[in-house]
Amino acid sequence: MSDIMLHIKNGIVIDPKNGVNAEKMDIFVKNGKIVEESEVSGEVKTIDASNKLVVAGGFDMHAHIAGSKINVGREMRPEEMRTVRLIAGKFRASIGRVLLTSPAIGYEYAKMGYTTAFEAAQPPVGALHTHEELDAIPMIDKAALPVFGNWHFVLKYVAEKDFEKLRAFIAWALERTKGFGVKVVNPGGVEAWMYGGNCKSLDDEVPGFGVTPREIITALIQETENLNLCHSVHLHCNNLGTPGNYETTIESMKLASKFSNEKRQVLHVTHVQFNSYAGSSWRDVASGAAEVAKYVNSVDNITIDMGQPIFGHATAMTGDAPFQFTLHKLTGARWSNKDSEIEGGAGIVPIAYLPKNPVHALQWAIGLELGLLVDSDKVVLSTDYPNGGPFTEYPYVMAMLMSKKMREKELERVSPYVQKATNLPSIDVEKTLYEVIHMTRSLPARVMGMDSKGHLGVGADADIAIYDLNPLEVDPSNDFETVYKAFKTAVYTIKGGEIIAKEGELVKEVWGRTFWVDARNKAAMDAIESDLDDMFEKYYSLQRVNYGVEEAWIKKPERLVMG
Amino acid sequence: MAEELVNVICTFCGSVCDDVLFDVENYKGKKFCKLGSGKFSPKERIKSPMIDGKEVSYEEAIEKAAEILVNAKRPLLYGWASTVNEAIRLGVILTEKVGGIYDQCASVCHAPGTLALIEEGVPGGSLGEIKNRADMVVFWGSNPLEAHPRHPMRYSVRAKGLLIKDRKDRKVVVVDVRKTKSANMADLFIKIKPGYDYPIISALRAIIKGEESAVPSEVGGVKKELLKELADMMVNAKYGAVLYGLGVTQSRGRDRNIENAIKLIQLLNRKTRWIIWPMRGHYNVVGAGEVPAWEAGYTYAIDFSRGYPRFSPGEFSANEVLQRKDCDAALIIASDPVAHFPRASVAHLKKIPVIQIDPFPNMTTLVSNVVIPSAVAGIEAEGTAYRMDGIPFRVKKVVETEYWSDEQILEKMLEKVDQLMG
Ligand code: SF4
Ligand SMILES: [Zn+2]
Repeated sequence: MSDIMLHIKNGIVIDPKNGVNAEKMDIFVKNGKIVEESEVSGEVKTIDASNKLVVAGGFDMHAHIAGSKINVGREMRPEEMRTVRLIAGKFRASIGRVLLTSPAIGYEYAKMGYTTAFEAAQPPVGALHTHEELDAIPMIDKAALPVFGNWHFVLKYVAEKDFEKLRAFIAWALERTKGFGVKVVNPGGVEAWMYGGNCKSLDDEVPGFGVTPREIITALIQETENLNLCHSVHLHCNNLGTPGNYETTIESMKLASKFSNEKRQVLHVTHVQFNSYAGSSWRDVASGAAEVAKYVNSVDNITIDMGQPIFGHATAMTGDAPFQFTLHKLTGARWSNKDSEIEGGAGIVPIAYLPKNPVHALQWAIGLELGLLVDSDKVVLSTDYPNGGPFTEYPYVMAMLMSKKMREKELERVSPYVQKATNLPSIDVEKTLYEVIHMTRSLPARVMGMDSKGHLGVGADADIAIYDLNPLEVDPSNDFETVYKAFKTAVYTIKGGEIIAKEGELVKEVWGRTFWVDARNKAAMDAIESDLDDMFEKYYSLQRVNYGVEEAWIKKPERLVMG
Repeated sequence: MAEELVNVICTFCGSVCDDVLFDVENYKGKKFCKLGSGKFSPKERIKSPMIDGKEVSYEEAIEKAAEILVNAKRPLLYGWASTVNEAIRLGVILTEKVGGIYDQCASVCHAPGTLALIEEGVPGGSLGEIKNRADMVVFWGSNPLEAHPRHPMRYSVRAKGLLIKDRKDRKVVVVDVRKTKSANMADLFIKIKPGYDYPIISALRAIIKGEESAVPSEVGGVKKELLKELADMMVNAKYGAVLYGLGVTQSRGRDRNIENAIKLIQLLNRKTRWIIWPMRGHYNVVGAGEVPAWEAGYTYAIDFSRGYPRFSPGEFSANEVLQRKDCDAALIIASDPVAHFPRASVAHLKKIPVIQIDPFPNMTTLVSNVVIPSAVAGIEAEGTAYRMDGIPFRVKKVVETEYWSDEQILEKMLEKVDQLMG
C-alpha cells in the first residue's frame, strides 16, 4: 500500500457495483484506498485517462495458482517451461507456457489488469505449501479455499448428524489452514477412490461412512450459512467430465433451495462447463448447458463460474482424483495422483484442447453457452486455470461473450460436431461491456464476499485497471479484435494505489495480502477438542501440534473475523 | 538439572519425524532413532566464519562470498537438501541474480525419479495413506531400517490406521540385491540380481496383463513361480504401495526402472489401488526441488546464465558442470560434495573459489576459501521443510545461538550482491 495520492482524470468509468455505466469521472486515491476528491491535497500524481476505460482490478475467484498440484504439474511438464516471458533484471525471470512460475503468475495477472486471484483447492495438510507458493506470487492479493468434501471429520460428523461439531470443525479447519472458505470436490467420491471407486450420483454411499454426497453437500451448506462465512460453499460437483452429468449438477444445485442469504449466494458451483454434458456416452455427448442455465436463472441463491476451455495447451489438476485417473485412461497421457492422509486426494494430467476434436470443441462451446445463457449477475468468467487453459486468455472469453461475429468466425475453425450438439451457433446474446466488467470484477468480489474489492466506490481498495478502450465509442460486437487487444494489456494496473504495470511493462514489484477467515467465535470450539486429539492420534501421520499454518509464517496475512 | 522436554521435528532423514522430544537443558534428544539423535546431540561445529582459514566476522565472510559470486562468470550453487525452504528460495533468487547454476543433492540420488515423473507422472500418496490403508507394502531397492529407521514404525510396516489394525493386516515385501536388515522384517524377501530391476518389473507387468507365457522360467535370478506369487499378491491387495530407493534409481536402467515401475502401478490401478513413492534421503531434499520448481520452473540442474532458467540434467547437474570445468566458483550449502563426488569433480572444486555454508565441518570445509557456519535448522533455527511425501512441516527453533541461520546469511549475501551489481 502506498501513501502516494493519485488523481485518475477524465476516464470513462464502468463500475457495476455502484451502477456507474460509462460515465466520465475522476477517481481519487489515498493510502491505498479510493477516496473523495476532498481527501487528496498537496502532492498528487495525475494520470490522464481521457477516452480510456477505468474499472476495478480484475478478480479471479477460481484458479489453481499455488500448492502441490500446480508444482507437480510444473515438475511433470518441463516442456511447459520453455516459454520465456521475462529475462531477469529489475524483475525476476519468469517463464511458462500455460503453467507459469510463481513470479510469472503475478506478473501476467498484473499486466492484464488483474489484482486479485484465489487458489481454489488447498489440500488442508499441505496448507503451508500452498501459502509458501502464494507468498512467492508478487503483485496480487490472494486467498486459498481448503477442501472439505472427503475429509474424514466431515464424513463422520455428517454421518452422526452432529452439526454443531461440523460447524466447529469448519471454523477450526479454516483457522488452521489460514483458508478462506469451504471448497468441496467430488464429495465422497475421492474417499471411494481409495477403494478404486467413485460417487457418481448424489445417493451413492461413501464406503465406510454410510453417508451420501447429498448429505455432505447439504450439511456443509447449512453450517457454512450458520457460520455466516463471507463465501458460500464452493462446489465441484460429483460426476465431473461424464456425459449426462448435467442432471447431477442440477440435482446438486437443488440442495441449496432451502437456504438463503441476503448478501450472497448460498452455493457457488464451479467450472460448470465440465459438469454440463448431456447424452449417455462419448458417442452421443451433447450440451446440457441450456438446462443448467435455465435452472440457475430460475433461482436467486446460486452462482456459477464457467470453466471455459481455451484451445491449446492446458493441464488438468483437481482434487477429483478418480476423475483424473479416468482422464488418464481416456487419453493415455501422463498421470500424477496424490492420496492425502484422511482428507482427500488429487490428480494431474496434461491435456490440449484441439478445435477439430469433437469433444474439445463441444467443451469449448458449452463454456460459452453458459457464459451467454446464464444471467450476468450469476456467472463469473473463469478458465479454471490451468484446467481449461491459461488465465491470460480471459480477454478472449470477454470478447467472445460480447461479439456474435467473433463467435461465428471461431465456429468456422472448430469441429462441426458443435453445430448439432450445442446451441452456440444459434445464440444471439451479446453481453455488454458493463456485464463483462461485472463478470470479471464486481460479481466475483460479491461471490467471495469481499466488500472492498471489485468496485471503485469510496472506501474500496485502490486496485484499478485502465484500458485503451473508450466505451462510448467502441462497438464490441464488431470491434472484437480491438476489445481483445485492449483487455490483454492494461494501460495502467494500479494495486493498492501503486502503479505496478504500464502498457505491458512491469513498473514495480509489490506484495499483496493473503486473506483468511476466522469464524471461531461463531462455534463451540471446545466441542471438537477430544475428537481432534483422537483422530490425529489414530489416523494422521503427524502430530496435531504440528498441523496447520500460523499467521506469522505468512508474508502479509489479513484476518477477516466473521460477525 | 531439571529436564525441559519440548516437541521438535527431526531434521535428519526424509521421514521428518515430528513426534520427537528435545531436552533443552541437557541438549539431548528423546525418542529419536540413532541417526536423528546423532544430529540432535552436541557435535563438533565450525567455530567462526573464515576466509582462507582466518577467523573473520559474518559480515566480512559474507562480503567476500558476495564478491566471489559477482566476479564469477558462472558460479555453481549446490546442496540445499539439508536446509529450510526459506533459505532455498533465497538461494534460487541468488543464483538467478548472479547468472549461475542451481543444483541440489537429488542430482546425484533421486533425479532418475524426477525424469520418470516427466515421462509418466507419479501416482502417489502421502505416508498417512500408507499407514491407514496399505495392506501391502513393497520396499524396492530401499532399506528403511537403516536409512529411515523410524519409517517402518511410524508409517509403513507396524503403523496402525483406519483399515490396518495390526501388523498381520499388512504384507511386507522387500526386493533387493542383498539381504538387508529391512529384509528381516518382511513377510517375503525377493533377492534379485544386480541390474535386473527393469526386466523383473516387465515380467510382473506381463503376468498381470495376462501375458504370462512371455515370461521365461527365471528373470534376474527370480523364479517365475515367485514372480507369479508376487504379482498375485499385488493384484489381490486392496491398497498397495511401492516405496523405492537408490537401489533402483542408481542401478542399471536408472530412470527407466522407475518409469517401468510407474507403468506397473498404472496397470494395477485398473484392477485395485496402488501408489508408488520414492524414499527420499535428506530431511528437506523434497523442498530443494519444490522451491526452485515454483520459483524457476525446474527442480534441479538449472542454469541461469542467460538470465532465464534452463533445465538440462546431464549438462547443468553439478558433477557434469564440475567435470567440464564449466563453473568458476562454487557455493556449497548443507551438503558435502568433496566426500561424495567423484575425484574428477572434486579436482575442479579444489581449483576454484569455494564458499561453504554449513553448521558442521566436513570434507568440503577443507577446500573452501570462505567458510560460513550456520545455525542448525530444527534446533537453532526454524523454517519449512517437506517430508519425503511432500507434507510440509515448520521445523522449530528451541535453542538460542550466536550462529546465523542459513536464511539470515543468504539474505545478507543477496543484499551484498545487489549492492555490488549496482
Ligand atoms: S527416522 Fe529419520 S527423521 Fe525420524 S528420528 Fe530417525 S533420522 Fe530423524
Ligand atoms: Zn478448479
